[in-house]
Amino acid sequence: MSAPHRASPYVTNPKDTTMTTIPTPIRTSPRARLLAGVGALSLAAALGACSTGTADAGGDTAAAAPETTEAAALTIADPWVKAADAGMTAAFGTLENGSDTDVRIVSATSEVTSSMELHEMATGDDGAMVMQQKAGGFVLEAGGSHELSPGGDHLMFMDLTTPVQPGDEVAVTLTAEDGSTFEFTAPARSFSGANEEYHGDGGDMEGMEGMEDADDGAGHGSGDSGQDDGEHADS
Amino acid sequence: MRGTEKASRGASRRAFLQGGAAALGGAALAVGGRSAWDAAAAEPRPVPEPPDAAGRATVAFRGVRQPGVDTVPQSFAAFVALDLVDGVDREALVRLMGIWTDDVQRLMAGRPGLTDTEPELAAVPARLTVTLGYGPAVFTAAGLEDRRPTWLRPLPPFGVDRLEDRWNDGDLLLQVCADDEVTVAHAVRLLVKEARTFTTVRWVQRGFRRSPGTERPGTTMRNLMGQVDGTRNLDPAVDPDLVWHADTSRGWLAGGTSMVVRRIAIDLDTWDELDRSGREEAVGRRLDTGAPLTGTREHDEPDLDAKGPNGFEVIGSFAHIRRSRTDDPEQRFLRRAYNYDDPPPAGALSDSGLLFVTFQADVDRQFVPIQRRLDELDLLNEWTTPVGSAVFAVPPGARDGEYLGQGLLGAPA
Repeated sequence: MSAPHRASPYVTNPKDTTMTTIPTPIRTSPRARLLAGVGALSLAAALGACSTGTADAGGDTAAAAPETTEAAALTIADPWVKAADAGMTAAFGTLENGSDTDVRIVSATSEVTSSMELHEMATGDDGAMVMQQKAGGFVLEAGGSHELSPGGDHLMFMDLTTPVQPGDEVAVTLTAEDGSTFEFTAPARSFSGANEEYHGDGGDMEGMEGMEDADDGAGHGSGDSGQDDGEHADS
Repeated sequence: MRGTEKASRGASRRAFLQGGAAALGGAALAVGGRSAWDAAAAEPRPVPEPPDAAGRATVAFRGVRQPGVDTVPQSFAAFVALDLVDGVDREALVRLMGIWTDDVQRLMAGRPGLTDTEPELAAVPARLTVTLGYGPAVFTAAGLEDRRPTWLRPLPPFGVDRLEDRWNDGDLLLQVCADDEVTVAHAVRLLVKEARTFTTVRWVQRGFRRSPGTERPGTTMRNLMGQVDGTRNLDPAVDPDLVWHADTSRGWLAGGTSMVVRRIAIDLDTWDELDRSGREEAVGRRLDTGAPLTGTREHDEPDLDAKGPNGFEVIGSFAHIRRSRTDDPEQRFLRRAYNYDDPPPAGALSDSGLLFVTFQADVDRQFVPIQRRLDELDLLNEWTTPVGSAVFAVPPGARDGEYLGQGLLGAPA
């Protein structure tokens, strides 16, 4: 196992079907992951199937020894993102590790936010639930699943740079400990929950409810200007 | 099987016919390979129905046509009309359709919605169907006025109408039907809250029929006046062209239909003043069997020329079944009505009536002429009053990989 690769510069292009065998960090798109199958045994065949893919910038793929990446074993069921105009929001879903070794997710990125964090809910000193970064990231046990849900572990968008409207599709890239990446697309949904846990003393965090008020009422460009009307009516 | 119910109980006529065809095919195969005696011996014994069969039954979502039209009517229904909020355009409508398509597909399969906060309530699909309709404003918002069907507009005013705006019109309609009321309530809640940045709720009308397992499948419904209601309903399997725009026809509406929702208040207090024979003469049918006054069984053809001993017509000139008949075979539509029984206003005993819901290929050609005849003369008008009216275009179903309304909203401008 290589050391955690925190700030992966390798943002996977969703259309990139490249499957490389270079040492870490390794780029792996979902399609490549599917093609890669479950282990080295199928790798030769998978490489054949990948013949239409374009070579990675590394250029030394042919010489490298076959190796399966951590991210290659990942899938996610029912991913979704809470719609928000600005500020914080979060993504949820059930991550699954199809391999026979544990996989550690160490970071996440998305083009709609300046940064992302891997969060957990914990009981604070005052007994209230607070969210905090999960030390060491999310560990997905071999063959197991890991639920990301409101009130539990989640992928935190720290500061949206683009509004996420209900019905949008948001691409998220997870980076595993070996630097390999797994990208998925999550549809955005209106959601009233996933608020209260951020009300507490969360340091300088604004809390996700802040985003509900971010809309100035005039909409945003050609999008759905009525975006937050219902949200306000609820409160 | 597409568009058919999986449970044995309440299987639609179409399901029965298809099942019968499949069984015949199986038998033919068996006869080909073995003796007929063997085939008969191999016939599976009837499997006892599990006690929760009604709750587990599902209706297929994907297909050329939306479910909830030729689906055998479920016991409970909610009709939810929504209005688009300002600023919703074609792009926003596409997003909304994507959200609803995903929700409806999950819920109809007995699975929770993606963001479902009450996932346990989704575990009983109970033949849930959600049918989507578009009001005229969808075409305006999408910039697709040229694709709006000419019949998609409020019905012409009728003399008997006492319409209240709170039950009229709407930009979008969700018809949510299931054999369980909790299932209906949960589906409505999820669909409406997922749409809250796009729409506001305009009106909700809830209706009911007999509950599952309480009467023989195929029994014609009764309204709250006690009448058998819908005997001469058209069969969409026999007359598909009267219900659907042909699947192969040109244009975005192929596989679609239209929907009229009329709220008909019934004055049960004055109806109570009428004795049984008076009630039967008003309609022209017997109350017990539903048979025409000239016949003995429900589906007997009425004899409109028959005279009684005193020389008067047995089925009077004002009788509902005489007025609603026409020689034009095109002037028919599929009825899918539900009773309603809401809390009465102060001082009244009841607020009851019928949610008169019809599906037809063309509102102007099929529905309006009949309504005109009944408006002119129908003894039932004495006790029934239309208080709400709305017309919607029902887009085709979502085939694999499609979202609802894709043929309209996704096509090149």
